[in-house]
Amino acid sequence: MKLKTALLGAAATLAFAPAAFAERGADGNVNVLYSQAVSIMNAYLSSGTKDVEVGSLVLEPLAGFDQDGNVIPRLVTEIPSVENGGISEDLTTITWKLTPGLLWSDGTPVTAADAVFSYEYCTHPEGGCAQAARYEGIEKVEALDDLTVKITWTGPKPNPFTAFVGATSPILQAAQFANCLGTAAPTCTEQNFRPIGTGPFMVTDFKVNDVVELAANPNYRDPAKPAFATMTVKGGGDAAGAARAVMETGEFDYAWNTQINPELQAQMEAGGQGKFVSAFGTLVERIEMNMTDPSPDLPEGERSTAMHPHPMLSDIRVRKALSMAIDRSLLVEVGYGNAGRPTCNLVPAPAQFASPNTDCIAQDMEGAKALLDEAGWVAGADGMRAKDGVPMKLLYQTSVNPVRQDFQALIKGWWNELGVEVELKSVDGGVFFGGDPGSPDTFQKFYADVEMYANNFDGTDPEPYLAQYLCDKAPSPANGWQGENINRYCDPAYDALVAELASTREPEKRSEIAIRLNEMLTKDSYVIVPLVDRGRLSAHSNTLGGVVLNTWDSELWNASDWFRIK
Amino acid sequence: MLTFTIRRLLLAIPTLLFISLVIFLLVDFAPGSPMSQIPLTVPPEVRLRIIEAMGANEPIFVRYLLWLKQFFWVEPLVMIDGIFGTTWSEGMQRIVSWQSRSPVMDIIAERMPQTLTVVGSAYVIGVLIAVPIGIYSAYRQYSWFDQIGTFIAMIGFSVPTFFTGVVLILVFSVNLGWFPSIYNTSLRVTDWDSFLQQVRQMAMPVAVLALYNASQISRYMRSSMLDNLAQDYVRTARAKGMSERVVVLKHVLRNSLIPVVTVIALGIPTIFGGAIITEQVFKVNGLGALLINAIQGSDLPMVQTLTFIFAVLIVLFNLIADVLYGMLDPRIRYD
Repeated sequence: MKLKTALLGAAATLAFAPAAFAERGADGNVNVLYSQAVSIMNAYLSSGTKDVEVGSLVLEPLAGFDQDGNVIPRLVTEIPSVENGGISEDLTTITWKLTPGLLWSDGTPVTAADAVFSYEYCTHPEGGCAQAARYEGIEKVEALDDLTVKITWTGPKPNPFTAFVGATSPILQAAQFANCLGTAAPTCTEQNFRPIGTGPFMVTDFKVNDVVELAANPNYRDPAKPAFATMTVKGGGDAAGAARAVMETGEFDYAWNTQINPELQAQMEAGGQGKFVSAFGTLVERIEMNMTDPSPDLPEGERSTAMHPHPMLSDIRVRKALSMAIDRSLLVEVGYGNAGRPTCNLVPAPAQFASPNTDCIAQDMEGAKALLDEAGWVAGADGMRAKDGVPMKLLYQTSVNPVRQDFQALIKGWWNELGVEVELKSVDGGVFFGGDPGSPDTFQKFYADVEMYANNFDGTDPEPYLAQYLCDKAPSPANGWQGENINRYCDPAYDALVAELASTREPEKRSEIAIRLNEMLTKDSYVIVPLVDRGRLSAHSNTLGGVVLNTWDSELWNASDWFRIK
Repeated sequence: MLTFTIRRLLLAIPTLLFISLVIFLLVDFAPGSPMSQIPLTVPPEVRLRIIEAMGANEPIFVRYLLWLKQFFWVEPLVMIDGIFGTTWSEGMQRIVSWQSRSPVMDIIAERMPQTLTVVGSAYVIGVLIAVPIGIYSAYRQYSWFDQIGTFIAMIGFSVPTFFTGVVLILVFSVNLGWFPSIYNTSLRVTDWDSFLQQVRQMAMPVAVLALYNASQISRYMRSSMLDNLAQDYVRTARAKGMSERVVVLKHVLRNSLIPVVTVIALGIPTIFGGAIITEQVFKVNGLGALLINAIQGSDLPMVQTLTFIFAVLIVLFNLIADVLYGMLDPRIRYD
């Protein structure tokens, strides 16, 4: 009798213990599935999202972003600001204070020298650091003492939260990477696969492009976290297979980027094993208008350059009409479901930078037709428009991707209804985004009238993103077709406003200018026709708690807070 | 026979060098660039530096000669060092993958076991199923057994593995929950339980591949048996009063196996090539998945090295098949 009571008591304690007092490693193993397998844990040597995100479980920056895009401390006591003296009045320096007593997973202390080393590692001219943009505009980084890091910028820096903030600029352990600077960086296989970090987990086994086994970091700063003793990050397969492993077979607890069509989403969700989560960032699927003439009749070197304006698309009425004919809500319904929403903005978020413009949401076929009539493109006997004997014909290209091909077909239908002849072209993603100056099919070369793809910006500050549309950033033979202003948009007023943004410090004023710039590209000129604000879509099982999807930082940003729901 | 083998081996050297050049040029001229793997958020200057650090912007012949040196000189030295603990290869640059920045050969060595266990056992099982089916189908030609065997072989041959694989997952993982749909490469077989787990996770990919292999080989076996059953020596053997068992399993089978053994030997390199699609479906992540991943990521050194190793294996097993043929069939002499 006594034994039975004792056993019952023990069983009860076991059952209630995890709920009553959280303890590191109490919840066993958690299985995560990345449909793109992880190649390397060091974010400085790979810009692939999958590598950066899984690496962020081990390597951490000084500060990160939360789900609303606010900067949150990770290895520091507080976020520097002008008010607390962390940022100098003239905005040229920022001083970070490390939390005292922080340890690396090998038990050695974290010091300011590690941060200085990380800066040197990424800015080494021969290292080929993938995140070098995070450290742009820095004059020097110095360790004032063991716990104080001071960054001096070359000029006033209105947004200093680039270096050491977010999963793309983590702190490396100087002792471990000391011999990995410059050309030696890629040869440090052991370091790149098993970095010593400060994050909630540490690598126990790493199989390239296959699986990463992690265990709770015994020296993690919060003694009660992480709740899981081990984590397995498996890679491979496709988005549908990944979703199935969580939603239908229940073998995995979390699947990354389960971008599948809305119909399949609903079907899998009905299984009741898990749920899809989505969150919106800055990724926008858009149609870009070519402002220059891509005609193959032009000599090579003059095609798609500023020398020849586009015969149809240089007229704003034509661009606007093409935009008005599109039903964005239907596109979302067909392609993305809950993971997308119609947008008219190039910068859809963060909220303070997003324009309230919604003019484009409602489809207006009649208005579009009237605009084209007004522009002199009149419909002939067969319903197709022409002007001065030149038929209205567009070449519409994008990368190979099932959703994009659906979008192409739908948009072609609407444009045909307008009386515009459309020829579709889809290029393999490896070529389209490959940037090879010798290939005629890259999105930069833009040997088409309109093209569609998605882009976003890193972090929460749209300034560098908007600065891509300066006149001198247009790809051309002179710069090896490497510019970012692929529309060849050129407006001196825009250039002047970008310069003004760069020298403006007040947050309200910056928001105002950024919104203005966004509108100049979209509703004022229709050079860029945004279609869908694409969210992230991931899946987690019903027994995994604490998941908060974050689009501003690593998706696994709060893996230390994950727990098992019992 | 020995001179034949040596002559063939020597002839293989220029062949392989030529193959390596063709592969290199093909892979290099194929559209796609490692740049496409870099997100658009990375500015052009940074992209250029990444590409420079990879060495991807060197002229093509420099890269080819470097690869030759690395493959035929540095990598063997590394292997010798690994075995004997010497340090000959110290400081030499190995073939490094662009995706993971780690030595290609290490990754291949890491992937080999999964591929050999899954694809290899599927091949063995396929052969073990195919041979008896082929024999009996031929012996009882046009019987119901033969008809069903032909039907199943046609299905195995014509239904693609990405379809059968997903059907098996839906039935056995999603609905019945018997087998895992994802292969766990970290599983170590240490006791009975982990062995059972290994068997369970291998069941579906092996079934898919074995069906495919068996349907192919059983057809060869069947037609080879049919050819022989009609021969005069079979009638002679029966006239001598030998039992059917001896006639079929001794006289006919032995003679029929000669072409089948060559077919089986020629198929062995495909085991090393992995099963690109099946590995992807079940996430076995063996050599096939490695290759497809490298192609998608335009990881030139990886694609080049893997395809060249496959070329070497194919040349080698062709030779082995020829030699085997000569040994099994005394009528064939190469000298």
